[in-house]
Amino acid sequence: MSLKPVNAVIIGAGAGGGIVAKQLAEAGLSVVLLERGRWYSPFDCRKDDLRNQRTSALGNGFGPDDERNPRVTVDLQGRERVARASGPGYQNNAACVGGGTFSYGAMAWRYMEKDFRMRSTYGHIAGSTLADWPISYEDLEPYYEKAEWEIGVSGDVSGDPFHAPRRKPLPMPPLPPNREYEILHPAAKRLGLHPFDIPMLRNSVPYNGRPACMRCRWCVGFACEVDAKCGTHNTVIPKALATKNCELRTECVVKEIRTNEHGRATGVAYFDANNRLHQQDADLIVVSCGAIESPRLLLNSKSKLFPNGLGNRQDWVGRNLQGHTYTGAFGLMPTPIYDDLGPGAGIAICDYNHGNPGLAGGAMLANEFIRLPYQFVGMVPAGVPRWGQAHKDFMRSAYLRAIAIQGPTQEMPVFDSRVQADPVVKDFWGIPVARLSGGRHPHTIEISTAMAGKAEAWLKEAGAVQTWQKLSGPGLSAGQHQAGTCRMGDDPTTSVVNGYCQVHDVDNLFVIDASVHVTNGGFNPVLTIMAIAYRASDHLVKTWKGRGLA
Amino acid sequence: MPKPMRRRTFLAAGIAGSAAACSRRRKSSCRFFSSEEARTVEAVCAQIIPEDQDPGAKTAGVVPFLDKQLSGFYKPLRKTYRMGIAAIDRKSVEFAGKKFADLPAGSQLDLLKRIEKDPDLKPFFSLLIEHSMQGFYGDPRHGGNRDRVSWKMLGVPYPPVRGRLRYDFTNPAKGEKS
Repeated sequence: MSLKPVNAVIIGAGAGGGIVAKQLAEAGLSVVLLERGRWYSPFDCRKDDLRNQRTSALGNGFGPDDERNPRVTVDLQGRERVARASGPGYQNNAACVGGGTFSYGAMAWRYMEKDFRMRSTYGHIAGSTLADWPISYEDLEPYYEKAEWEIGVSGDVSGDPFHAPRRKPLPMPPLPPNREYEILHPAAKRLGLHPFDIPMLRNSVPYNGRPACMRCRWCVGFACEVDAKCGTHNTVIPKALATKNCELRTECVVKEIRTNEHGRATGVAYFDANNRLHQQDADLIVVSCGAIESPRLLLNSKSKLFPNGLGNRQDWVGRNLQGHTYTGAFGLMPTPIYDDLGPGAGIAICDYNHGNPGLAGGAMLANEFIRLPYQFVGMVPAGVPRWGQAHKDFMRSAYLRAIAIQGPTQEMPVFDSRVQADPVVKDFWGIPVARLSGGRHPHTIEISTAMAGKAEAWLKEAGAVQTWQKLSGPGLSAGQHQAGTCRMGDDPTTSVVNGYCQVHDVDNLFVIDASVHVTNGGFNPVLTIMAIAYRASDHLVKTWKGRGLA
Repeated sequence: MPKPMRRRTFLAAGIAGSAAACSRRRKSSCRFFSSEEARTVEAVCAQIIPEDQDPGAKTAGVVPFLDKQLSGFYKPLRKTYRMGIAAIDRKSVEFAGKKFADLPAGSQLDLLKRIEKDPDLKPFFSLLIEHSMQGFYGDPRHGGNRDRVSWKMLGVPYPPVRGRLRYDFTNPAKGEKS
């Protein structure tokens, strides 16, 4: 069925798509926002420790579902496997209105200046496609600020001498410290480090008409029961809908982007909640499905002019799939320190993001979110068995005494870590599924191992009587921080989109999500996704001329 | 040529068959496990999370958790469980001449340490460890962790959201940690 054409179709109501929807709708464009998941509410928090977006033992809390959304994974030995959405290796991110922002931990980092100039800073790394971004921190700064104020960020980065220049402070103060913070802060100072309050997309005071965080332990992976976590689902998407120019259609799965004989995108074909196929035509198409589903959609949109999929003339779509290599350390304090004061994470250092001798980058290190009992089961040191009396003894004696510090090591992009459209396996709607293959660069592992050592030293200084490291394996990294698969660049032969997220050879097609990240910073990526979305929409609105771009 | 079955014989056979199925079901208090299977799984889980001064897998109801999930989210794993449990009992008979649940605790532990190194049995045993931990440390709503026994053992504060419990049934006089 063909629907009334609109100015813009945005596919994916996550961190990127939600912002683009609001910016375009406010500028007067008619917008259809398509989302494959549902629109959940704070009542869907459920506090279910085995079924949420962090621990999917009994399924994903906020999608996608296991039955209809398989993927194929290929491990480093070349073994293929069909992965279910809540299973290992799937590299899942939530499928719902708000995307990951609905249930995330909500750290709101700006990347550093050097994170946009990794190649100029560290040179060529063998086996990696490490490159500079076509845009700089200065280009994004006003948009970082817009994201911080419009979506809402609390925290205090004044204690961090390494942060990039900024014009305005954060709109909200940090939450008061918990006990881990009080132990780790002086310890970091004694080591000559620079601890400070993590910026978070979480209300510490009433803001935007929503209340402050009530500091429960059900945070990362859960919906916020009091709506204090700020995502696109409770900020920009409602604003977009309030303009009356934007229509949100949930449980809609896009099959392909259609193009005409002139090589322009004309619209999308999608299945609605009742699995009926529709055609929605539009002047502009914005793909914001995340760094796995966005390239999958482009690769599945084939035509005579684009036999390898859209934007894929140079075989760069789906390449450089990366996430973050999380490593760190656990420490046991002599006495119980658990104070049940959520979200748990509160203190960070950026001393090791750059300037580590012999290493091309590093990571921000922070204390970890509150660990629910089942999550703690696997966090045992070497020497403690996985089961039996010794494991139970360890759980009993360690649970209330443990502190975890970890950080997201900035990864060296690898050309052969990639998303493809699987030639055989199809999803419930008959669309070829994402096929994930590749692994981490050895230097990424090297950096992340060094970061674990730094975390362990911090815990030792804090008085931990026993410490042990959590290291990373060589397998593929994507997951909730997935990025890099539709790289942004000035050269159309080595990138997919330009600095404004416009696909090089289809001028009315945009990719606006973490897919465009050239490198992924040593930080949680969401604020950067938001800033890029604001910047790209700004450009779109400025160049918009009635029924097309100038 | 086989003699065609007479209608009466056919009906009788049907009734006898369903009666057998019913009685087999009635013997087990589980929805999925037979009573024999439940006995074996319970014995294995009791080694994975033993009882001591605090309740273990048996008291916490890890088997009811598994049974419930095998009729729910873990339905696709039913065959794995059937075959895995049978394999553990076969190994046990081969190793000590008895089914797993009939072995003394010490021999059970020895056998599980062997199973952990056995390439054929290890995957199922690992799965059982993972699921037992879920049943023991996970939320009671899923059928395990009866009366939040593991959370009391760890000292996890209760209620799950500070200051939020309309009816607090914990009894300090009985030594329940709040």
